[in-house]
Amino acid sequence: MVCQICGNKTATVHLTEIINDQMTELHLCEHCAKDKGIAGLGQPFGLQDLLAGLVDFGAPVTSSGGKKVVVKCPNCKMTYEDFRKSGRLGCSQCYDVFKETLEPLLKKIHGSIQHLGKAPVRSGEIMKTKKTLQDLQLRLQKAIQAEAFEDAAKLRDEIKKIEKKNK
Amino acid sequence: MKLNDLVKQTSGWLKGTGPNSDIVISSRVRLARNLEKVTFSNWANKKQKEQALGIISPVVKDVDSIKNNGLLLKVADMSNIDKQFLVERHLVSREHITNIESHAVAISNDETLSVMINEEDHLRIQILQPGLNLDECWRKSEQMDATLSKKLSFAFSPKWGYLTACPTNTGTGMRASIMLHLPALVLTKQINRVIQAIIKLGLTVRGLFGEGTEAAGNFFQISNQVSLGRSEEEIVDNIKRIIRQVLEYEQNARKALITQNKSGLSDQVWRSYGILKNAHIISSSETIELLSNVRLGIDLGLIKGLTTKVINELFIFTQPAHLQKLENKVLNSQQRDIKRAELIREKIK
Repeated sequence: MVCQICGNKTATVHLTEIINDQMTELHLCEHCAKDKGIAGLGQPFGLQDLLAGLVDFGAPVTSSGGKKVVVKCPNCKMTYEDFRKSGRLGCSQCYDVFKETLEPLLKKIHGSIQHLGKAPVRSGEIMKTKKTLQDLQLRLQKAIQAEAFEDAAKLRDEIKKIEKKNK
Repeated sequence: MKLNDLVKQTSGWLKGTGPNSDIVISSRVRLARNLEKVTFSNWANKKQKEQALGIISPVVKDVDSIKNNGLLLKVADMSNIDKQFLVERHLVSREHITNIESHAVAISNDETLSVMINEEDHLRIQILQPGLNLDECWRKSEQMDATLSKKLSFAFSPKWGYLTACPTNTGTGMRASIMLHLPALVLTKQINRVIQAIIKLGLTVRGLFGEGTEAAGNFFQISNQVSLGRSEEEIVDNIKRIIRQVLEYEQNARKALITQNKSGLSDQVWRSYGILKNAHIISSSETIELLSNVRLGIDLGLIKGLTTKVINELFIFTQPAHLQKLENKVLNSQQRDIKRAELIREKIK
């Protein structure tokens, strides 16, 4: 592809602009792009702004009864199209809603899709599980005393499950 | 502390101290965090943004370094000069003062900690340190993160880590960066090769004022691109390893300059000094270029009796909003050029 300005050199800078739903594309050589102030170090758009282009995996649609339904985050109402335009997600739940298209995108950006860093210390949550466990143990004792063994078994399983999860 | 007090002090990260401070100006770690289930700031409506601010600000305000003589300000309450002033001081991003609805910023007394609230993410925690000191930045930001996470429930998934508005920050939510002064690599025309190599190794190179700025005054900001699939320590180590290499290149280039062309170099350094010392009207871009030469002169021992700290300060204090804060009134570009020259003459004696 040749540069749209000089029509001479090979276009290496590709700029897609979306203004009011109107998409324009520019293909320029490095020299002309520099003249236009859009290339080289300190270009006014970083990787983040080029994301919109990267997110082009086709909108996820589910069909119900022949009609296509656009996938929308139930928590923040963001649609895939919204995400595609801005390159930004709407809330933490969007990550689940757009999982299928996000996974290849994250892989593309980071080369990995498994977090290896730190996890938050959620003292609130730790306290909550502690309390739940105490409650369950109390109920278990009561159930045993009352010889309600079926209930006791259920409670015991529940306690085991929580303990296993928090290991 | 009040916002106006900042103009009277030198930011803690600008002091020209710390390891390798002849080449490394400062180190920075930024962590992006969001509240669980609460709509991210860039997609939230006014009410939702206010809500997030209402949840976050009392917690941030209660952190020791903010409580003890720090600052917590709403961006909407600031004058245009004050907003620009904070950008020049590297305490907020340009995006943070562009769209200001329900935006706030918390700043510690020595300016090494700042927290932007409702930028693109609900929280952006930043630690700045002078010199090459990424370990300290990471240690302090982790501490801050841990303190905040005791009271705020951050959006996190075991698989994808911290969930951020932009997928380029997902995972650790961490951006670690180093601000370098590389005049010798520029003078010897090796800088492009070095930048290419840095980019190939998965890091980003930017100018003095971050994203989208030019590499004025031979300043380069190098930061990690990848935030997912590596631990925070790995990210820091990786940058440190690469920076050490860059430092060596710059040191070698400086040595080569001084042994092969000492007169040429001295001439450039002292001419720059002369203009700065005598000019009565000077633009911001000329100032940065000349200060960069003088700084190199100090680092190489060509200029004595002038400290790196003074030059570092001048880089920031000669910026437009800083000059207007010093004068305490709005100045047009011509008035600023006069005031700038005056300030420089006063500092370089």
